[in-house]
Amino acid sequence: MSGAAKREYKNGFVRWVEYRLPIFSAADAIVGRDYPSPKNLNYLWNLGSILGLALVIQIITGIFLAFYYIPTAEQAFNSVEHIMRNVNNGWLLRYVHANGASLFFAAVYIHMIRAHYYGSYKAPRELLWLIGLAIFALMMATAFMGYVLPWGQMSFWAATVITNLFTAIPLIGDSVTIWLWGGFSVDTPTLQRFYSLHYLFPFIIAGLVMMHIWALHTHGSSNPLGIEVKGPQDTIPFHPYYTAKDLVGFGVFLLILAFFVFYQPVYFSHPDQFKPADPLVTPPNIVPEWYFLPFYAILRSIPDKLLGVVGFVSSILVLFFLPYLDTSKVRSAKYRPVFRQFFFIFLADVVILGFVGANPPEGAWLVIGRLASAYYFIHFLVILPLVGWFERTKPLPESISTPVLGDAGGGAAKPEPAE
Amino acid sequence: MSTTQPDEKVTRRDFLYIATGGVTVVGAALAGWAIIDSMNPAANILALSTVEIDLSPVEEGQSLTVVWRGKPIFVRNRTAEEIAQAVAEDSDNMKDPQNDADRVQQPQWLVMIGICTHLGCIPLGQKFSDPKGEFGGWFCPCHGSHYDTSGRIRKGPAPTNLEIPEYAFLDDTRIKIG
Ligand code: HEM
Ligand code: FES
Repeated sequence: MSGAAKREYKNGFVRWVEYRLPIFSAADAIVGRDYPSPKNLNYLWNLGSILGLALVIQIITGIFLAFYYIPTAEQAFNSVEHIMRNVNNGWLLRYVHANGASLFFAAVYIHMIRAHYYGSYKAPRELLWLIGLAIFALMMATAFMGYVLPWGQMSFWAATVITNLFTAIPLIGDSVTIWLWGGFSVDTPTLQRFYSLHYLFPFIIAGLVMMHIWALHTHGSSNPLGIEVKGPQDTIPFHPYYTAKDLVGFGVFLLILAFFVFYQPVYFSHPDQFKPADPLVTPPNIVPEWYFLPFYAILRSIPDKLLGVVGFVSSILVLFFLPYLDTSKVRSAKYRPVFRQFFFIFLADVVILGFVGANPPEGAWLVIGRLASAYYFIHFLVILPLVGWFERTKPLPESISTPVLGDAGGGAAKPEPAE
Repeated sequence: MSTTQPDEKVTRRDFLYIATGGVTVVGAALAGWAIIDSMNPAANILALSTVEIDLSPVEEGQSLTVVWRGKPIFVRNRTAEEIAQAVAEDSDNMKDPQNDADRVQQPQWLVMIGICTHLGCIPLGQKFSDPKGEFGGWFCPCHGSHYDTSGRIRKGPAPTNLEIPEYAFLDDTRIKIG
């Protein structure tokens, strides 16, 4: 936050409030005229504000669903059907909430992949990345517990399979699982605690989002060139430039959401979700929601129970070490030709893992799953550190203004500094 | 916390700090325990912990599934061949070696918790039409675990045999589980 001179507000009421509670200057400093941002941010930098919008949409629709939802094994499924059939616009609330969750994850994945491509998590933004991962972990927990609430067949069996992961813990695993369940199987007590936490976690996420933004503002946004802002010529005020651009992003996000809600409302759902939970019949192929598939694939590729769980957990934990595994001093893939190729191979690997996770672990899928799981870890643990050390990076531009103002429309950086 | 240098005396104040701190930690731990323990199964759930089963309608080669503590219990009236196979394979290479005799009270009646020890799916094999896996017992479709006619894990990711609940024969045709 700049130590710029105090802004004078014209409106008398604003001045009155500002004198007593400087909320307008605070807003200007956070998302307004007094927050200078790199002038070269591309559309991938829209995802942050879109994620904020998605969280707000989930919280609002969730609160209204909660007026009607009943968290008991007997009533949960029926209460969701009641919302769908009888409650005014209940179908709309539910479809926005369910599809909103899917798009929330789509947005968070693009946001994270952006960070990987542009090396946004490198010093001094490591904590920013780590807070983001904490948000991601809570999002996964929230969405998992939310998916249990409608108490369909997939709800029940997803809850059973995932809570059973804890039985893999040596010695105390069984007691921990019974403790999580509040019984001897997934049942009403489990559903009720999931409901309570499903309501709570989004607000913890909101708190973490504030810390995320605080950390972001301490050093400002990174940018596609991956070089630091050198001075005022490299920046533009957040408002009106990026507020306007973010609104365009909101429009696109809402259009996509509307498309699913109104035209393909159950596209992300599963036929077994339309049957009430039956603890005595396991569906033939238990699959999680699409956004968990790559991780689920890693779990199932490893034929040993404990090691499978270890692999599953490590596939997320490894992300916490990313700022240290990606050893290159250069941030942006734009100047890292070798990393850039491995980046796209990695993306393909994750997509393949997604397909593996959706299919039964047999035959070719099993083999592909094992190779792709191994590559996932190799990318982080072997390729990234080595490429960082050995890669010959391209020369960096001197400042953000140089390539932006340099050659007209320049995609190529001016060969300014000597190597 | 204050440290005691040779030239520093332990004062009454140090004692009060440590005593206060100690009481706070113990109090917080007790309160924390109460909160955590509240998540364990409640008394009504523990109270539901026995169930009696009448075996008389189950013919040889038939199976019965009943619910105990929210979990399916597999009861199977095994055929002579199934018993013979289970006993003959006792010495085969297994992940969780156990003799068939140690898994039954009466060889004819196999009573197990019908939950895959991998991640908790219900294995198939109770119905005539179900796939029974490569060892003729039960097959878990979730991640492909094969159990034999004694419910022992023979192939796939499950780490242990299907669990045997605590049960007792009340008379020739009735058992009590739990
Ligand atoms: C991070 C934010 C959130 C995410 C990712 C999320 C995700 C989900 C998901 C995936 C479902 C299952 C939808 C379905 O298949 O029907 C669900 C259901 C539900 N959620 Fe959320 N949720 C969030 C926030 C909230 C909040 C803040 C509340 C309450 C205030 C809430 C209340 C509910 C209720 C009552 C249901 C059950 C009704 C239904 O199934 O549609 N959610 N949530
Ligand atoms: S739950 Fe049975 S094989 Fe995984």
